[in-house]
Amino acid sequence: MALFGKKEKKSASNMSSKSNLDIEVNKNGAEYTFLLNGRLDTITSPDLEAKINEATPDAEKLIFDLSNLEYISSAGLRVLLGATQAMEDKGEMVVRNLTPSVKEVFELTGFSRLFAIE
Amino acid sequence: MRELIIEADRMNLPEVQTFIDEQLEEAGCPMLTQTTIDIAVEELFVNIASYAYGEENGNAVVQVTVHQEPLAVEITFIDNGKQYDPLAKSDPDITLSAKERKKGGLGIFMVKNTMDNVSYEYKDGKNILTIKKNLN
Repeated sequence: MALFGKKEKKSASNMSSKSNLDIEVNKNGAEYTFLLNGRLDTITSPDLEAKINEATPDAEKLIFDLSNLEYISSAGLRVLLGATQAMEDKGEMVVRNLTPSVKEVFELTGFSRLFAIE
Repeated sequence: MRELIIEADRMNLPEVQTFIDEQLEEAGCPMLTQTTIDIAVEELFVNIASYAYGEENGNAVVQVTVHQEPLAVEITFIDNGKQYDPLAKSDPDITLSAKERKKGGLGIFMVKNTMDNVSYEYKDGKNILTIKKNLN
């Protein structure tokens, strides 16, 4: 079953899987966890930005779980930078489970030093 | 050489990346390198979509050439919008704290630092930007 699901996903690759991002938001008191699945790019990053903006007025902690984020461009980096700037003085932000390609981008751009990375 | 002529609209990004990925997959490009190239393609195409034509519509031409021995891919972006050299922009200071960091310039910075060669010329009313990445 799992294998079939995986195979199906792969055959649907390229155009249909391009520029797709699923965002799952879990709220636990003032702690918000964003589970990102897909690609954080020019087209998808406004969706994440909107969801972060909904959360930040009362958030004390933002957690970004990137274990299923396969791609991030500068548009995605800008949204994460905006989130950490919004949390400045009012809470904390944690980014966890970087995939190899996202890790590479974070290291190149100095983003690995901007947040707590788990 | 393969060529795609497409309206310079950011919503066409998936089509541009799919076009590039097809050539990269054919060339046996490693997955992580493909992602790196995809990012560079996004930054350059979205730059054209955002700035080249102002409020007007216009096209972007994307040309891909795969070189053998050593295996490398060369991608050229051409637009006939206003003259603009994105490489002339100064790099962001990546040592600043989150509070001090500015949001701009990261895209071109990534292109410059992940590609093996990046060049720009303005010729016959066209912005021509070429990136090259070794695939081995």
